[in-house]
Formats: sequence, C-alpha cells, structure tokens
Amino acid sequence: MITIHLNGETREIVDGIDLDSLVDKLSLAAKRIAVELNGSVVRRIDWPGTVVNDGDKIEVVHFVGGG
Amino acid sequence: MSDTFELAGTNFTSRLIIGTGKYRTYDEMKSAHAASGAEMVTVAVNRVPLDGSSESFLDHLNPTIRILPNTAGCYDADHAIRTARLAREALETEWIKLEVIGDQTTLLPDNEQTLDAAKVLVKEGFIVLPYFSDDLIMAKKLLDAGCPAVMPLAAPIGSGMGVQNPSNLRIMRERLPDATIIVDAGVGVPSDAAIAMELGADAILMNTAIAESRDPASMATAMKLAVEAGRLAYLSGRMPKRLYASASSPIEGAIK
Repeated sequence: MITIHLNGETREIVDGIDLDSLVDKLSLAAKRIAVELNGSVVRRIDWPGTVVNDGDKIEVVHFVGGG
Repeated sequence: MSDTFELAGTNFTSRLIIGTGKYRTYDEMKSAHAASGAEMVTVAVNRVPLDGSSESFLDHLNPTIRILPNTAGCYDADHAIRTARLAREALETEWIKLEVIGDQTTLLPDNEQTLDAAKVLVKEGFIVLPYFSDDLIMAKKLLDAGCPAVMPLAAPIGSGMGVQNPSNLRIMRERLPDATIIVDAGVGVPSDAAIAMELGADAILMNTAIAESRDPASMATAMKLAVEAGRLAYLSGRMPKRLYASASSPIEGAIK
C-alpha cells in the first residue's frame, strides 16, 4: 500500500495503480473533469500508464455553480 | 440597430454575462438563464467530492451557452494559474475569468497577483478576462499584458451595492476608448446595471443579483432590459447636467 494526498485527504491505495484506475474508482458522474499530479495537469490521454507513487499530491476537479 | 459585442474574436448579441452560483434549484437557474438572454455563463472549478456524490453540474446548462470557467477561491497567482490550466484541460476552452482574491471578508481582488497570473496565462494562450479593482492604471497594465478585456468591479462580490465609484468607470471609458470593459460584481438591481452601461461599460457580469432574488427568471428579464436600456442611452449620448433649470416649453408666447 502507498499513501497519497487526494483532494486534500490522505488515502491509502494499492501500489501500482495508474491515474485512469484511480479516477475510475471515484465513480464520477461528471465527465468533464481534470487531474493534477504534484502541481501539473496530466492530460486525459496520459492517465493510463501514469502510475501513482507514494506521497503524490493529486487534485481531481470538476465544475460547480459560480459567478 | 445592430450593436453586437465583440470579445476576443467572438460576437455576442447579449451584453449580459451571468453566473451559475447560489441558485436554489437547477430549474430556477435554467429559467433565469433563458430569460436573461445571456450567451455566456460562468462556472467554478472545484474539488470532486470523494464520497461518490459528485454530479455533472454542466449537464444542467443549456448546451448552446458558452461556458466561462473562473478561478474563484484563489488567493495567489500560482493557484489561479493551476486552476486555469485544469479548467482548460477539462472544458477544452482557452477562456478564463481570472479572479485572485486578496481578502476573505471583502473578496476584493489582489491586483498585483492578478497581473502576475494574467501575464503567465496570456503567454500560455489563454483568453484572460481579469476581475480587478476599478482602477485605470491597473486596467492599462492588464491590457498591456494581453488581456482582451478588463473586468472592473462595481462593488464587492455579492454585495449588491451598485456602482460605488462612477467616476472611475467614466475615467476608464474615456481614457481607454478602444478597450472592452465588462463590469463584474456588485450589481444589485437593474438600475445599477443601467448606470454601469450608461457610463460606457461594454457588458456586465452578475450572479447574486439574479440568483438571490425572489424570482430569478423575472429579475433576469429586468436585468436584460436594463443592460439594453443603459447601452442604448450610452450610444444616444446623455444631456448635460445643469445646476439650474432649462425650460422645455417656450417662454416667449406664454399668455400674460
């Protein structure tokens, strides 16, 4: 198991998982989302194969109402 | 009269841009959007909830309306830049409403951080629409940085106080005749919107004034009309203000 920081929460996940699987596990209704890994955007086409490492800081965002 | 509003190469018929926040229900939001005639609405970038409760907010918007993501909630240039990049990736749009807040109580913009972020984002190909204090010099700097428009506040976000400093807007209009000026934040009632447009604003961006009204669809209609009225008045050229009266009826020929 490794420890990651996902949207500000500390989570334990299995080793060797990639961003595509991680996002899939969140069972998101929103299709238009974006992922940032350690401060840099990872493009959707690069999610498969981008393996999450211990200590990674990941932000997954979508859109909400705003002004 | 054909009077379209051009922004970064895109023509808009409506000079009203509205938000998607604070509505009590999606139905109220949709009705208000339709009534406003707005062709562009703002949305916020936010962390996906990790409890699986996420829903697709964007599905509640009319698909013909252009979406303008914002960087609300960012307190420094770096956060705003990261937020803009995420928005571009998710929405495949270069357009961003740049908002860097300097203080939680007033939500007044941090102009220095806003300018820093604007410079970086423009270089990265973003169409940056910056929210900032109603200051001519900052407007010039933002335009020099490559922003296609500037978005001075009328009053603090969500305050509904109306145009607090009409002179600043007038000066900005007069000194920057070719700039696109969008008044963003602070409008409370249609007369506020009309005043901003009469002063020469090219468009208005508002959220709370419509969303927090008792009847958002009806208020959206009122705002639409006010923006149109203010625009027409600006184009028509107002009469001069005088300290004393000027009779409308002929003085000569009145019976004695």
